[in-house]
Amino acid sequence: MSWITPHKSLDHKWFVAGVLALVCATMPASAERANIAVASNFKPVMEAIEPMFEASTGHDLVISSGSTAKLYSQVRFGAPFDVFLSADMAHPERLIDKDLAIANSMFTYAVGRLTIWSWSETTSSLEAMTNPATRKIAMATPAGAPYGVAAEEVLAHYGLTDAVAPKLVLGESIGQAFAFAHTGNADLGIVSLSLVLQLPEGEQGHRWDIPASAHTPIAQGAILLSRGADNDAALAFLAFLASEDARQIIRQYGFETP
Amino acid sequence: MSLPDLAALWLTIRLAAVTTIVLLIFGTPLAWWLSQTKSRVKPVLEAVVALPLVLPPTVLGFYLLVAMAPDAPLGRAWILATGDTLSFSFAGLVVGSVIYSLPFMIQPLQTAFEATGRSAMEAAASLRAGPLDAFFTIAAPLATRGFLTASVLSFAHTLGEFGVVLMIGGNIPDRTRVVSIEIYEHVETLNYSDANSLSIILISVSFIVLTAVYIFNRKQAVHVG
Repeated sequence: MSWITPHKSLDHKWFVAGVLALVCATMPASAERANIAVASNFKPVMEAIEPMFEASTGHDLVISSGSTAKLYSQVRFGAPFDVFLSADMAHPERLIDKDLAIANSMFTYAVGRLTIWSWSETTSSLEAMTNPATRKIAMATPAGAPYGVAAEEVLAHYGLTDAVAPKLVLGESIGQAFAFAHTGNADLGIVSLSLVLQLPEGEQGHRWDIPASAHTPIAQGAILLSRGADNDAALAFLAFLASEDARQIIRQYGFETP
Repeated sequence: MSLPDLAALWLTIRLAAVTTIVLLIFGTPLAWWLSQTKSRVKPVLEAVVALPLVLPPTVLGFYLLVAMAPDAPLGRAWILATGDTLSFSFAGLVVGSVIYSLPFMIQPLQTAFEATGRSAMEAAASLRAGPLDAFFTIAAPLATRGFLTASVLSFAHTLGEFGVVLMIGGNIPDRTRVVSIEIYEHVETLNYSDANSLSIILISVSFIVLTAVYIFNRKQAVHVG
């Protein structure tokens, strides 16, 4: 740009250098950055935990969320993640088998709960599923999404599998299944409690929490990936995730902690 | 290859065919009007037609999901008329695909009509041909290649559609589980061999269709009658 004289642009460079020096000087010497892959159902919790962790350790977290299966595929094909928070135990175990994760680092950070959710009080129940007025029931796909597998078990548990089959619409993740119900396109959704509880108070619609005994527990596994084995931020984050401070927040969002 | 895979492929071909027919019916008058008009709103309409080319399918999918909800006017009207929701239905996918493939029908047709020129139409009019008669005896035959290109591109583009269907389809076998969704699900469940065989079929079908149209475009002489 013509109005910038050479002299001024030199000043500009010195200014940038000064700011950079200042930023570097104020960061703790050991601060590192870790890339965290998070199953989408845990993302709201992660967003609550992240500032606490960063404030107390000085480390920096970069969060990517998606369905468990998609994140798994990305790790398998070389995505630069240091920690994987899965929505099940099976996918982290597969990464161990493929030498892409550190075997003894795996632990259950949360146990998920399912709920029958609807905007209307009359449709947030088991009985509403077989009511002819209920046209569409949203859940995550049992092919790939851990909450979809659990929802399928719930239907079988209550003997509803055949009755509701024509009404089922499948989200690719539990987040999309919830969006189908939340936009009103599905009358009700079999979704994770965590997604409902992230909504502001008063906008949470109606729900009936499915007893945990109606399906195999949805244990969610956290694991250190091989890429992050020497990353201080990744190690500190996993330690923080297992701490009572973090567990308290995890429970607030509708998970159980082992 | 297992049977459900072929069901998804068949559903995809049906969706692409229906979408192409709907686009031919509604797109031809629009493309014709765009090719003839001197209206000042023409560039605005052309921009609207081209929007699906540049927008991510998530934008379209999101608004369609909102518009098709049973408490929205469109969604409610559809339920009153058919008793079923428009979202998660084959008809809903047709609506989404028609919008998403609109530029692939309109643009080649408009170009073809513009190439026809006004003089031929004016000559027809001077021979007392009505506008519709002139269109079907002069403009349409002259635009044969345009029709073919537009139809094939619309068909092929709908075959490859993914994002919009993912957002409004609900993954229902025989109704909304098209082949791109099926491939996606195979990848998600680590079933790479089925994902591979379906992908190869899709590549082959698309390649054959496109090659056929290029060969036809080179050989076909235009007959006006």
